[in-house]
Amino acid sequence: MSGRIYFDHSATTPLDPRVRQAMAPFLDGIFGNPSSQHREGRQAREAIEKARAQVGALIGASPTEIVFTASGTEADNLAILGVVRARGGQGHVITSAIEHPAVLETCRHLEGQGVAVTYLPVDQYGLVNPENVRAAIRPDTCLVSIMAASNLVGTIQPLAEIARITREHGILFHTDAVQALGKIPLDVRKLPVDLISMSAHKLHGPKGIGALYIRRGVELSPVVFGGGQERGLRSATENVAGIVGFGAAAIIAQEELPIEALLLRALRERVLEGVRAALPQAYLFGHPETRLPGHLSLGFAGEESRVGKLLEELDNAGISVSAGSACSAHHAGNPSQALLAMGYNEESARGLLRVTLGRFNTREEVDRFLQVLPGAVDAGNAEDLLQAAGSLQE
Amino acid sequence: MRRVYFDNNATTPLLPEVFAAMEAIYREHFGNASSIHHHGQETRAAVERARESVAVLLGCRPAEVVFTSGGTEADNFALFGLARSGQHVISSSIEHHAVMNACEHLKTRGCEVTFVPVDGNGQVDPQDVRRALRPNTKLISIMMANNETGVLQPVEEIGKLAAEADVYFHTDAVQAVGKVAVDVNKIGCDLLSLSSHKIHGPQGVGALYVRKGTILQPMMYGGRHERSRRAGTENVPGIVGLGRAAELARNGLGNSEMARLAGLRDRLEKTLLAAVDATRVNGRNAPRVPNTSSICFDSIEGEALVIALDLKGLAVSTGAACSSGAIEPSHVLTAMGLSPDQARASLRFSLGKQNTAEDVDFALDLVPQTVARLRELSPVYNRSH
Repeated sequence: MSGRIYFDHSATTPLDPRVRQAMAPFLDGIFGNPSSQHREGRQAREAIEKARAQVGALIGASPTEIVFTASGTEADNLAILGVVRARGGQGHVITSAIEHPAVLETCRHLEGQGVAVTYLPVDQYGLVNPENVRAAIRPDTCLVSIMAASNLVGTIQPLAEIARITREHGILFHTDAVQALGKIPLDVRKLPVDLISMSAHKLHGPKGIGALYIRRGVELSPVVFGGGQERGLRSATENVAGIVGFGAAAIIAQEELPIEALLLRALRERVLEGVRAALPQAYLFGHPETRLPGHLSLGFAGEESRVGKLLEELDNAGISVSAGSACSAHHAGNPSQALLAMGYNEESARGLLRVTLGRFNTREEVDRFLQVLPGAVDAGNAEDLLQAAGSLQE
Repeated sequence: MRRVYFDNNATTPLLPEVFAAMEAIYREHFGNASSIHHHGQETRAAVERARESVAVLLGCRPAEVVFTSGGTEADNFALFGLARSGQHVISSSIEHHAVMNACEHLKTRGCEVTFVPVDGNGQVDPQDVRRALRPNTKLISIMMANNETGVLQPVEEIGKLAAEADVYFHTDAVQAVGKVAVDVNKIGCDLLSLSSHKIHGPQGVGALYVRKGTILQPMMYGGRHERSRRAGTENVPGIVGLGRAAELARNGLGNSEMARLAGLRDRLEKTLLAAVDATRVNGRNAPRVPNTSSICFDSIEGEALVIALDLKGLAVSTGAACSSGAIEPSHVLTAMGLSPDQARASLRFSLGKQNTAEDVDFALDLVPQTVARLRELSPVYNRSH
């Protein structure tokens, strides 16, 4: 449907036409299996190795430190399960209370297997205190996993400080950078992080492809076994077109990140100012400054329970926003565990409206959103009043 | 230069209809299928339509289809999802590495694994499977068609005895789907793996059929995608491509497409056998999928033949692409009783929907002369002939 406005870039992003063009020859023409010895195979092999270098370059890594996976979720699983299983399936893992389910659920699974896990608290903005990381370290701690930026509230974590501590203690540090990649600079030459999870479809690349950065020398056990592709760490015929698309998305992100971050931040501030002007009850979740450039999480005091209706009203008006993680979208109505961890009460923790902007959004779209939003909030209220009146009559 | 691709068991070119279906998603429909807004709902609908297409191809219910990132993940998911420490698994000596190495990994987790042998034609004897059953046997995993020889396994008989013994039955049908009719109820399997890129669909997507009521431990943890069975944002264009490929595969089984491929394969095989001496078809006396021919050219170094033919425009392989470049001879062919030298002297020709009679003519022009030239250089061949 043309004319619809998409403000849910933390869930997924539209494919950049330049990425689509880079992928097209590998869907229509070049099709080999990269492990084959003949020309078709070698062409495919060359293409994925080029893309590996492109994805590596986005974070300052060498190509051999990049392992392609089918998703960010798989990258998180490979990092956490891989580290723990390579150490005999024992030890202690430190993570935070506001991680993505791909990290939290993997840690919970490990707990069921007898691995100790510490879930660090966060402050009101969703920030992990690096000193809490230090305090949680035990002799058997093998891994710290803290996300680079929150999918829910956009807060950017103090990775450098945490990395300094893990490095001091000789503990591996994994960061889920699925939301941060291509939006804020990440450079493994400056940042002593050992494992970084990435996902192509969050930076205008294709779905079905992710990657894990594995610092040279870090040993992991595989999660998937088979033909021994990706240096034995991830068996399966490579998704050539997907990998090529990830590479193309990575180059574009690297070239455009500085200017795009400025533009997105300006658009975001325009949304925030507009919302605050029209709806005095609006408040912001997450850190006001240390947040992803296109990311806004809003609450509306006194109207938290009506956010579901608000989403519906906006959707009917042609605007796609969300109430938080798409992975749990169908469980809306439950309070967000991450917001509870940030100290919000159950009421507030049910009422998050996430507006996440991306590369192709415009000021006109922001202005239309700002026109529609107050009415949508009122409509939700009106419907509530009508229902209340209806139940009184009955 | 003309290129002819006879390595469709390694991967297949996308059919134009599949590309068109994916292109539409790439251009316009990018929503996260878990999002509740319009953008999410339209991709959710596309994912569910594809699930129906796959279900129709397999004769199962849509809810029994779980999308994965490929055949390897589907195989791993089936084995790791069921087998627990202290349990016994039965597999065969000719499985794909995705099953074989998953079985090897299960051993390190405290499982026992029996690999049943195959006969000279590369077929498992169901009686061997029956004899391998133990009180703690949890699962039988036997492939439906072998990737190297195309030999079909007696999966229906194995399915029957698995049901009698109340043991789960998984079949890796990656090389069978689209080539022969695959009906999960006829096979009597509880789990069945398939891969999109082997049926002219995109790489990076596959599916596992999971019979209703079969509970699998997930392999990956995260969001509640695929009814909490497989975490990860759905690869919508990939899934849509697989759905379209499944529809086309079903059409291909319904019309004379597979008979056409069998005709091409048989002509290639018969003519090569007549034109080149000291040549045999591996698995010739067993039922095979219609597109595959594994031929042993005595005294030839298969790798050298692959490279020589590639230079002249013909893409074939020595066996599984996953182990290309491996020094070890094929475990499939040696399990059938071939010597390591005979295994290394074998070439796999695997045809696809895009191949024509002219492609076969091209190969028939090329292969005999190339084999002859390589044999001129072979001291072994010249001594014995």
